[in-house]
Amino acid sequence: MTDTRTERTAVLAVVGAGPAGLAAALAAASRGVRVLLLDSAPAAGGQFYRQSATGPGGPGGPGPRVPAHQRRTWDRLRTALDAHLAAGRVVHLSERHVWCLERESGGFVVHALLGPEQEESSAVRADAMLLATGGYEKVLPFPGWTLPGVVTAGGAQALTKGGLVLPGRTAVVAGSGPLLLPVAAGLAAAGARVAALVESAGPAGFARRAGTWATTPVKLAEGAAYAGRLLRGRTTVMTRHMVVAAHGGERLEAVTVAASDAGGGPVPGSERRLVCDVLAVGHGLLPHTDLAAGLGCRLDGTGVEVDDEQRTDVPGVWAAGETTGVGGAALSLAEGHIAGRSAAARLTGRIPDPRGWAAAARSRARLRRFFAALEAAYGDPPARWPERVADDTVVCRCEEVTAGAVREAVGTLGAGDLRTVKLLTRAGMGWCQGRMCEPGVAGVAGCALTPARRMPARPVPLGVLAAPPDPTTPR
Amino acid sequence: MDPLTPARTGPDAPFTVLFDGREIRALPGQSIAAALWSSGVTAWRTTRGGGRPRGVFCGIGVCFDCLVTVDGRPNQRACLVPAVRGADVRTQRGTGHDDRHED
Repeated sequence: MTDTRTERTAVLAVVGAGPAGLAAALAAASRGVRVLLLDSAPAAGGQFYRQSATGPGGPGGPGPRVPAHQRRTWDRLRTALDAHLAAGRVVHLSERHVWCLERESGGFVVHALLGPEQEESSAVRADAMLLATGGYEKVLPFPGWTLPGVVTAGGAQALTKGGLVLPGRTAVVAGSGPLLLPVAAGLAAAGARVAALVESAGPAGFARRAGTWATTPVKLAEGAAYAGRLLRGRTTVMTRHMVVAAHGGERLEAVTVAASDAGGGPVPGSERRLVCDVLAVGHGLLPHTDLAAGLGCRLDGTGVEVDDEQRTDVPGVWAAGETTGVGGAALSLAEGHIAGRSAAARLTGRIPDPRGWAAAARSRARLRRFFAALEAAYGDPPARWPERVADDTVVCRCEEVTAGAVREAVGTLGAGDLRTVKLLTRAGMGWCQGRMCEPGVAGVAGCALTPARRMPARPVPLGVLAAPPDPTTPR
Repeated sequence: MDPLTPARTGPDAPFTVLFDGREIRALPGQSIAAALWSSGVTAWRTTRGGGRPRGVFCGIGVCFDCLVTVDGRPNQRACLVPAVRGADVRTQRGTGHDDRHED
């Protein structure tokens, strides 16, 4: 479709309507750029500001209790977004699952599958891209982790916050990382009994970094509030422990937890069985980098590499939030704000002045330091965790590939990297394209976890691939 | 500061969807996964290989474990598809195409 307006406004496509994408869209739209905000959910907010099914009805409403994160910030973002939507400066293209970004002369084409069915594609054209695609949970396999009732920590949160479901009466929250605390507190707030919070890290790493925690009092208070809620609910907190098995026939009935020794191995005789009907488990988050990698953006570790303006090394492509490295909602807001301002300046032919976003840059620096320290304090999962994964444990959930098959590929067939393991066993070839099994397969195989290239970024019907739709510019 | 200010949800009326022929209560905006789970249904798929029960795992559209057949269309992610009044939700076996193709 041709743009018939005489004065053409530059178009920035923002992928992801979570904290980073929203902050970026608002910053860019306020500075003379037209923003196409694409997101897979029906409503804006992302995973962090995930909106409940029926919408907030106020504290006295009749519905179930839903824990709402940072309500005031969300209300402010929502109000600003509504104003831009009404003025036509932002077009919110919801329920768009972006499967491919294509570079063309002077811009980009964004290909997205429509709605939950994802059988039909649509394409929009933009002058520049801003990727705020967030992250997903890293889960390590253990016997029984495929039982219904075992969910990721983020999944438990999504069910409680967005789905208005209490995922179980008695919960165990396990794994590692800062997400476990709010998830456990959220389950308790929604009415579950949280029997135990099982953290694989030990407490020593936290004590060593007391100085860093003191520089971020807001985060400290947030952590303390969650912990207080759990203590009031009589949750047992176990550090340097792991869930080593989940038990049940057709669904989860109990878990076994065990202590890890200093080298990460199991402490004999430390096993304890805990009765529960939901296990929320996760070992931190991994950035979604498929779209960026597809465009050829350089990665830094597992995240997209960006400069001080949040630009990737591909001209016209910015990235912000968890996709550039996991650091939480406040950091995502700061990064998104900077990315949006930088993109707007460059798209309107100006050289951006970083003094304009000095406050956001300061908070970005402080929060990056804080999360680097947090990551160091939590550390990696105990080195010897794969020893506790029995041969008959499924490690690739989609293709039902067992740990034994992966070990055979490495030991007998000589596979030395994840790609060869995949070719020999099909681990990572299923629907999720290895997003769920990659860390587990890497651990069991003894290979390094390397960012995978996944193109297209989602399963796409052959008909769509055969005849991709013509790009348009939405009004 | 309590970061988890509880909010109560609005008074929108519940409705029903069908799950394997029986009526299940759902709230407007709830996903099929959330509606099934609130009715105590935690598995709605059996795997292609081992025939093992599966339900929701990641809850955010990444893992594809919660695949379900909705209104005759297999392989829908229950955590993403909103429950709508009268939807016909069925347990998915294997690829979900077994009724149409002989393997």
